[in-house]
Amino acid sequence: MRHVYLDHQAATPLLPEAFEAMKPFFTEWFGNPSSLHEHGLRVREALKHSREQMAALIHAGSPDEIFFTSDGTESANLAIKGVAYANERRGKHLVVCATEHPSVINSVEFLEKQGWTCTRVGVDAEGHLRLQELRDAITPQTVLVAVHHVNHDIGTIQPVAEVGRICSEKGVPLYVDCEASAGWLPIDVDAWGAALVSFSPHRFYGPKGVGVLYRNKKARLVSIIHGGVQEGGRRAGTENVPAIVGAGVAAEVARRDLEARIAHTRELQVRLWDGLEKHVGFIKLNGPRPGPDRISTNLNISTEFIEGEGQLLLCDLNGIAVASGSSCVSKSLKISHVLAAIGLDHALAQGNIIMTLGRDTSVEDVDYVVQTFARIVEKLRGMSPMWDEFQRGIIDSVIRPTGRGKSFSQHAADVSGKSAH
Amino acid sequence: MSETYTLYNSIVMDHFMHPRNMGDLKDADGVGEVGAAACGDIMKISLKIKDGKIEDARFKTFGCGSAIASSSMATELIKGRSIDEAMNFTNQEVVDALGGLPPVKIHCSVLAEEALKAALEDYIRKHPETASKLQTPMPAAA
Repeated sequence: MRHVYLDHQAATPLLPEAFEAMKPFFTEWFGNPSSLHEHGLRVREALKHSREQMAALIHAGSPDEIFFTSDGTESANLAIKGVAYANERRGKHLVVCATEHPSVINSVEFLEKQGWTCTRVGVDAEGHLRLQELRDAITPQTVLVAVHHVNHDIGTIQPVAEVGRICSEKGVPLYVDCEASAGWLPIDVDAWGAALVSFSPHRFYGPKGVGVLYRNKKARLVSIIHGGVQEGGRRAGTENVPAIVGAGVAAEVARRDLEARIAHTRELQVRLWDGLEKHVGFIKLNGPRPGPDRISTNLNISTEFIEGEGQLLLCDLNGIAVASGSSCVSKSLKISHVLAAIGLDHALAQGNIIMTLGRDTSVEDVDYVVQTFARIVEKLRGMSPMWDEFQRGIIDSVIRPTGRGKSFSQHAADVSGKSAH
Repeated sequence: MSETYTLYNSIVMDHFMHPRNMGDLKDADGVGEVGAAACGDIMKISLKIKDGKIEDARFKTFGCGSAIASSSMATELIKGRSIDEAMNFTNQEVVDALGGLPPVKIHCSVLAEEALKAALEDYIRKHPETASKLQTPMPAAA
C-alpha cells in the first residue's frame, strides 16, 4: 500500500543534515551554554550560529532579537502575556484576529480572566481579516495587536504588511504568528514593521522541542518563565541545544529552498484540488482558491453529507494521513473555531478534512489521494442517512442547492430536538 | 496505518470497516432517526418486527467511526429480542460489546440506544395494540 503523509501542518520529518548536525550535541558537546568553561562556551557558539540562521530566515536586523523557547505555543504565550504584563500600567487592551491559533486565543482568554479586555477582529468568508475593523478596534489603551501570517486551518494569507502600517500609524506593537508560514513563505519582519514574530522549526523539517520568538525594541517584554538568566533574561531554563542546532540547519535549508518548495507544493495543491473537485461531487474548498491569497501547502475541504472523522479513519486505513476540523475529532466536540468564524454551515464543518503537502509529496501521491478519496466518499455516503435523504428530496445541499427539501441544520435540529452549534 | 496504531480498539475498527446491517429495510415496521445535539451526528435505525420480536434491523449513520461502530453493534445485539427486551436495551451493552469506547465517544453509544428506542416507539405508535401488552411502560412520546 502507498503511504502518503498529508499532515505537514502538524509535523514534518527531520532533515537528515539537521539530524547529523544535532548528534554531537547529545554526547560529545553536551555542555550547558550557561557554563563558563570550554564545554559551555562550545555550545554557546552553536546557539549563536543558530540565532544567526533564524535571523536570516525572517530578515531580522540582529541575531540578538531571536529567543529560543520550547515550541511555538510557548513563543505565542510569551509574546502575548509578556507584552501584556510589561505594559500593564499603560493599558490593558489587546486586539487579535478571531481566527488565531489556540495558543494565541487561549493566552488572551487567560488574560481576560485577569482584567484585560480583547477585541477579536472578524474575517470574511475566505478568512481574510477585516482591516477597517482592526483599525477601528485599536484604542489608546491597546498595548498589542496580534495577527497570524497564514491561517493554520484554511491557509489564508493575511495582509500583514497593511496591518503593520496601521499599527505603526497608531503606535501599537504588532505580533505576527508565523507558525503556519515559516519555511514556506518569505517573512520580512522589517518590511512588515512587526515587533514580535513566532514560529516552530518542526513545521519546516526541523526537530520538535524548540520554538522561536523574534522581538525587537518596538515591544517591551517581560519574562513569564522565571529562573536563571538565559535568553537575555526573557526565557529562563536550560536551552534545548541539540534541537536548536537542528532548527538552525532547517532554517538555512528552508531559506535556500524556499522558491523551489513553493513552486513544488503549489503545483501539487492545484492538481489535488482540481482532481478532488472533478471526482468528488458536493465538495467545497474552504479559504481562498490556490493563488496569492492561499499558502501553497494547505487544502481545507468539506465534503457534504458525510462526517470528517470517518473520512480521516478511512484515509488512514488506505495509508493517507490527514487532519480534520470536525467536532467528532475535537476533544471538546466543537467544530474548528476558524470554520465557525468564516460562517461555514455546521453540516459542512462536520465533513471537514485538512490536507497539507510537503517537499516529498509527489504527483503520484496526489493522484492516489484523489482516486482513494473518491472511493472513501462513496463508501461513507452509502452509509449516510443524509445522502439518502438528499436523494429523496428531504434535505437540500448547501454546496449546490436544488431548492428541494429543508436544510441539513433544520433536519438535524428536528431529529435531535436541539439545534446543532 | 499500521495494525498496531489505530484510533479505536480492534472490535470498534472492525465494525467501522465492515459494518453489520448497514442500509435501510424495505417495508420497515419501525424507523427511528435521532441526532446528537452535542456533536451533530445523526443515526437512523429501521426494524422489522414479527410476533413481538425484532426479526431484522438496519442502520444508517452520519457520524464518526465510533458512531458507525455503535450503530452496527446495536443492530447486531437487538436482533431476535422481544420488544420488551429491546425497550430495556442500554448503551452500556454497546460499549461492553465493543470492548470499550474512549470517554469522549460514549455519547455515540447513547445515540444508538436512542435511535433504537425511537424506532420501537414508531412501531408502537403504528401498532397501538402492542402497547398494552408491554411490561415496560412506553417512554414519553418524542
